[in-house]
Amino acid sequence: MKTFKIGGVHPNDNKLTAGLKIVDVPLPRQAVIPMSQHIGAPCVPCVQKGDVVKVGQLIGEANGFMSARIHSPVSGKVAKIDMASDAFGAKCQSIFIDVDGDEWMDNIKRTADVERICSLTGPEIIKRIADAGIVGLGGACFPTHVKLSPPPGTKAEVLIINGVECEPYLTCDHQLMMEHGEEIFIGISLLMKAINVQRAVIGIEENKKDAIKYFQELATKHFGVEVCPLKMHYPQGGEKQLIDAVIGRQVPSGALPIAVGAVVQNVATTYAVYEAVQKNKPLIDRVMTLTGKSVKNPGNYRVRLGTPLSDVMALAGGLPEDTGKVIAGGPMMGRAMKSLDAPATKRSSGLLVMPALEAQRKEMDNCIRCGKCVSACPMGLEPYLLMNEAEGAVWDRMEHDRVMDCIECGCCLYTCPSRRPLLDYIRMGKATVGGIIRARNAKK
Amino acid sequence: MATLIVSPSPHIHSGDSVSKNMYNVVIALLPAYLVSLYFFGVGALAVSLISMLSCVLFEYLIQRFVFKGKTTVGNGSALLTGMLLAFNLPSNLPWWMVVIGAFVAIGVGKMTFGGLGNNIFNPALVGRVFLLVSFPAAMTTWPVPSPLSLQYTDAETGATVLAMIKGGFGELPSHVDMLLGNMGGSLGEVSAIALIIGGIYLLIRKTITWHIPVSILLTVVLFTGILHACNPAEYASPLVHLLSGGLMLGAIFMATDYVTSPMTHRGQLIYGVGIGIITVVIRTWGAYPEGMSFAILIMNAVTPLINTYVKPRRFGEKVKK
Amino acid sequence: MNLIVASLITLGIIGLLSAIILYFVARKFNVEEDPRIGEIEEVLPGANCGGCGHPGCHGFAEACAKAESLDILLCPVGGAPVMAKIGSILGMAVAESEPKVAVLRCNGSCANRSRTSQYDGAKSCRIANATYAGETDCAFGCVGFGDCEAACMFDALHINPETGLPEIDEEKCTACGACLKACPKNIIELRKKGPKNRRVWVSCANKDKGAAARKACSVACIGCGKCAKVCPFDAITVENNLAYIDFNKCRLCRKCVAECPTGAIHEINFPPRPAAPKAEAEAKAEPAPGKPAVQEVREPEAKEEQVMPEAEPVCLELTVEAAPVDKVEETDATAAGSNSADNAETSVGKRHLDATSQTLDL
Repeated sequence: MKTFKIGGVHPNDNKLTAGLKIVDVPLPRQAVIPMSQHIGAPCVPCVQKGDVVKVGQLIGEANGFMSARIHSPVSGKVAKIDMASDAFGAKCQSIFIDVDGDEWMDNIKRTADVERICSLTGPEIIKRIADAGIVGLGGACFPTHVKLSPPPGTKAEVLIINGVECEPYLTCDHQLMMEHGEEIFIGISLLMKAINVQRAVIGIEENKKDAIKYFQELATKHFGVEVCPLKMHYPQGGEKQLIDAVIGRQVPSGALPIAVGAVVQNVATTYAVYEAVQKNKPLIDRVMTLTGKSVKNPGNYRVRLGTPLSDVMALAGGLPEDTGKVIAGGPMMGRAMKSLDAPATKRSSGLLVMPALEAQRKEMDNCIRCGKCVSACPMGLEPYLLMNEAEGAVWDRMEHDRVMDCIECGCCLYTCPSRRPLLDYIRMGKATVGGIIRARNAKK
Repeated sequence: MATLIVSPSPHIHSGDSVSKNMYNVVIALLPAYLVSLYFFGVGALAVSLISMLSCVLFEYLIQRFVFKGKTTVGNGSALLTGMLLAFNLPSNLPWWMVVIGAFVAIGVGKMTFGGLGNNIFNPALVGRVFLLVSFPAAMTTWPVPSPLSLQYTDAETGATVLAMIKGGFGELPSHVDMLLGNMGGSLGEVSAIALIIGGIYLLIRKTITWHIPVSILLTVVLFTGILHACNPAEYASPLVHLLSGGLMLGAIFMATDYVTSPMTHRGQLIYGVGIGIITVVIRTWGAYPEGMSFAILIMNAVTPLINTYVKPRRFGEKVKK
Repeated sequence: MNLIVASLITLGIIGLLSAIILYFVARKFNVEEDPRIGEIEEVLPGANCGGCGHPGCHGFAEACAKAESLDILLCPVGGAPVMAKIGSILGMAVAESEPKVAVLRCNGSCANRSRTSQYDGAKSCRIANATYAGETDCAFGCVGFGDCEAACMFDALHINPETGLPEIDEEKCTACGACLKACPKNIIELRKKGPKNRRVWVSCANKDKGAAARKACSVACIGCGKCAKVCPFDAITVENNLAYIDFNKCRLCRKCVAECPTGAIHEINFPPRPAAPKAEAEAKAEPAPGKPAVQEVREPEAKEEQVMPEAEPVCLELTVEAAPVDKVEETDATAAGSNSADNAETSVGKRHLDATSQTLDL
């Protein structure tokens, strides 16, 4: 079975919610929709206080090419447009909508039938995707239409669909594959048409045996689509690692996947593409996993964007007594949240509740130079060295030692026997060095 | 609800720790320890206990009263240093020399550099080499094995295999005896088979990787094999080299010390080959019969250089077609 | 004998050859350096702090030697005396500059600013700041892990464990600016030292709207603009819900200090004010010294410690959201309880002001 070649770790996968049916979260009383839910420039609100909006109505216009539109996930009246704190305490312009009923835009097909026929051309499909405000739902939230428009001079050869879900605990993609396999395959053929490739490979890790089997069956009916079972190996869901694992090509330092002819899309994104193109439904909801060993009803939930995360939590039985940490996303790359009052966004792939005992980091020791971080780094970097350089603020050395290649997967800190905050420092150094490089490029 | 804890990712940990690694090595040393207790009796017990106790004590005292910081004797690194130091000493060494060796190992070899993780040289070997140059006579008269003997400093002594080779061939013990450890030598180095069992344990527990031991042993076998093929009368066979002296102990336990070995696998291979070559050169042409400790110390000094120039294979370095 | 002669000759030849080679190498690679650079370096402090914006004192000396005028060059550590010496070396006039000192624009101590989450990453302000907005609800204030303390080369800056804020020793501070660069929140400012070291500044950097700022921190600037209105010299501007006092325009009349409803404006090194005849005026005038400026903060806080033995619980105790203002006041009052009449007056004055601010909040 295939996997990527350098580094990686094998955390316990803890998929507590595997196989649990996706449950719809009831509509909130008030939805808060931040205008920045993607990488790139924040959206500009195009409704005003007092406006009545329907589900799927455009409320935030994309601000430039590198941006993704935002649509109203609920129907009701715009209460105000104001700054609101996100889950990490940062303030962001948001639209507050008082929910009233559930009235959808007329052009959205709300039936459950699978729409197979599509007569649109590639550029038309990409336009639909851009109009629907679709972003990568794997966690990075990169606007999908940007990814599907390769820069001039490059040519995509293969579409890789990311069904790896290598983060421990998370099962939302797995469940989506099991419940909406056919739609995902139609989404794949739409994407193939959009970027004009004849071959698509779906990478799925072996801990999802049922999904591999189901998709292999479906693949026989779709020309050019194959399923590639992969060994369990974190961070296989990383774009570069997945390309390496599936087609054995390594994206060079600083280059985009298109440099090796690959375009990668997540299964959830593929499903959203299907809904946008075939059903005309913009990205207004997503599936998220709510899990944790002490959570009463862990599960996979379909949540309208803008729903307060505390509502989702309440549905899962409320925050347990011994909670120490709530993580937005998985335990390896997710961010710890400051409060549950923030709304669900396109970014919310999961909520992981960790008990206080597990949540606290243990005290760090001296570096014993065991080299385990070097062996674990999937990008072939030397985390111990980068941390020392970040502590000493020698940014030029950090750049030379390729800090910008770091994908922040967390393998170094996960594996460090001395529990040194390697990634904390590397991330800070990466941000600083990135700023220095941008400033230098701006000067040129 | 209490306030939430916020920390940067990742939020889970492998559960590995410094002390787990250290105690794993201690466990891996136990088979060889039992063999030496059998062959050298009370002497082995006395030397090892004195060495371990004094290493732990010196570490505690220095951390407590010189550094005035928190003490980390619980993590097992001082215990391991004491154990390795004892393994490198003859079992009839007077107790006070062992204490001096322990002091040099911990005080000079480790603490002067700032404690665990900062030392350049393997502390146990620093202690051993200090004793070797200070008390050459006591350090080079090894007791012959006498199972479960009750003698300590008054044990009967004899030459080691390597000394026999240096001084012209005497009656070498059989290969089986050498494998089991029924020969003269430092207390922990005699039984190749027990050391190999410990090494396999360490490999299974992923405490060490194969790179350093295998590269050392292969280099020694190749180098001595070539010499032996050229002139079997003058140069001993690779098998004798493999099973004699501190080669196994050094390759599996001393050279693989985290702190003083290179970080990358490529670097570790270079380091291992270096140790192998220097060991054979000293054994064959040097003044001392055994060169393992010097070889490791010399390569320890080269380790920072290797770390600087030998980088791991970067992702995307060579685009595969 | 032969041996000696032979060795003398060989050694002599080797020596001669080496000397010739060295001579030519030295000529070839000779670096012409302005001799004045060395002289200037002599008079510089030699701390290599980088406060001047050049890489160390040598770099600054080079820049001085090259420069056509010294107007834009300043060694912040040495200040005017050193610049005068450099001027005499180079034969150039030196622009007069006033001495400056680092000032903290945050007063969000444990007591003033309640903690709403607990940070558990690497103990570095930069990293904490990159991780999220911070332990409190104020995303602008001090993080408190002491990046500035580590950056200070003059031992002039220390984190006070009780307030969790850095305190600047104005005697030692050389205004090199290292702490400014180290602070990820940009809340340290270089301000004019002022006559007799007297200074007035807004000790807050919160740009949130008044209500949010006040909820996060009891001594936040709420951007009400009262100070700007009362200022006779037009020195105060309010932008993004935050007041700023221009130290070039400020004449230290301290009207704004009295006017500020939250006590966000600090004054330092002023003599105590004469008691005003009317009680109300007194109440208005007094609060400033009570709401801690740099030095004053220590005394009452230390007493507070005695009342509640552990430092952290003090913070947590005050997190009760319902009435943070009253709580703070209560603690202060208890702390000041046995103190002189001055302090008692202070708390009275503050109560008055707190009432004002609450009405403002609504």
